[in-house]
Amino acid sequence: MITEIGTEYVKNMIKAGKRFDDRGFEDLRELKIERGYVQNAEGSAMVTLGETKILVGVKMKVGEPFPDSPNEGVLMVNAELGPIASPDFESGPPDPQSVELARVVDRGIRESKAINTESLCMEPGEKVWTVCVDIHVLNDDGNLIDASSIGAIAALLDAKVPELNEDGTMNRENMKKKLEISQIPVACTIHKIAGKMVLDPNLREESAVEGRLTVTSMDSEKLCAMQKGGECGFTPEEVYKAIDISIKKGGEIRKKHFGA
Amino acid sequence: MSVKQEKLIVNGKRPDGRKLDEMREIEAKAGVIERADGSGFFRLGNTIAVAAVYGPKELHPKHLLDPVRAYVKCRYNMAPFSTTERIRPGPSRRSTEISKVIKSALSSVLFLEEYPETGIEIFIEVLQADASTRCVGLNAASIALADAGVPMKDLVASCAAGKVEGQIVLDVAGEEDCEGEVDLPIAYVPRKNEIYLLQMDGIVKKEELKKALDMAIKGCKVIYDKQKQALKCEYKEVKAK
Repeated sequence: MITEIGTEYVKNMIKAGKRFDDRGFEDLRELKIERGYVQNAEGSAMVTLGETKILVGVKMKVGEPFPDSPNEGVLMVNAELGPIASPDFESGPPDPQSVELARVVDRGIRESKAINTESLCMEPGEKVWTVCVDIHVLNDDGNLIDASSIGAIAALLDAKVPELNEDGTMNRENMKKKLEISQIPVACTIHKIAGKMVLDPNLREESAVEGRLTVTSMDSEKLCAMQKGGECGFTPEEVYKAIDISIKKGGEIRKKHFGA
Repeated sequence: MSVKQEKLIVNGKRPDGRKLDEMREIEAKAGVIERADGSGFFRLGNTIAVAAVYGPKELHPKHLLDPVRAYVKCRYNMAPFSTTERIRPGPSRRSTEISKVIKSALSSVLFLEEYPETGIEIFIEVLQADASTRCVGLNAASIALADAGVPMKDLVASCAAGKVEGQIVLDVAGEEDCEGEVDLPIAYVPRKNEIYLLQMDGIVKKEELKKALDMAIKGCKVIYDKQKQALKCEYKEVKAK
């Protein structure tokens, strides 16, 4: 069992306080965000976190609002874990991992009220903007949730709203109006390996993860979403510690990469 | 958005007369689906779920077989008529995610290594929904696993806390559910003092979250006792199964 030997090796390393690239447990790999990567998208961002590569694109379309929120635009988040990114991914209908990934990112953006959905209403009950955020994973080297969350908000910040012509068609030339974004929610996932709390594992480290807790923070004290995954439990004290680490790291990312 | 009417919480009393840290009425039963190896019923106020467990048994499709541990299959499903608006039958993105988190929470208390190359199947049906369906479903499934005789480290108990009109409350339901600002469902194992499921949505301060988590844990302890009672009740007399 190669995988089992591999996970034991990782666990022993973590127990000894070491990581593959000599990082500390709370250090992220190098993070790069390239905004405006795709010209034809209303907004986009290529995120590179170590060797994890994710391209997030935002497209806008005219649609109908939901009956229970006639004055609000619609947000849709979708994630593609295609076979290009890993031999473990298969094409076909979305599997539970990609559904969870998309929903965790979605919750962070939606619940933080980062998008002013009312500003996306054109005719109440009839015509609103639908914002489609597509997370395209190109290379999986671990920690897809955090990288996707950062990519999604970066792409949204990059997004512009097309003009509508008289006949209802869209004019994407010289888009000037920026999509209104008022918050920068950042997800930070605490992974438990050999009982220790580790941030931003690469794929090899991820194979040894026993449990994880994603905390999406908005600023130094407010949270807007959380998601626990994996089988290993967290004591209440560990949850509080995870929240503190996430708030701290989220703040660092906002400051360094979003100037907030 | 409809215009906000009167306040929901008045003098520490909620719309249905409960106190802030009071849970809805609980009803728990074991052994409600005879064909299954184990089953459970759980009602929390107006939210009702049943769960059945089949296995450990032969697993299909075969490629899921794990040579070192049993494979857990979990399906959370809401009956089409369980809510005001009919739910389209079949899996949705929501139910896929909930099935995944419930599966992880329950797997963590099972001795899966005892049953390599087999499958344990957990089916949860929400029959009537009034908030906290994932918690009620998980509570029923936990009883079902014990009823099926699958070796467990402990029962898993689940309930939710939330924030309504700026106040932290236990077990959000009814009108509060639509107006609620925060929802925090958790699953907790008292014997280990560990949380196995935790989700949160809505804007909340760190201190408020601590208070909500604390309240939800207390709620889980109440549910845990009810689950135990249900099992004791079912096995008061030794039944030939």
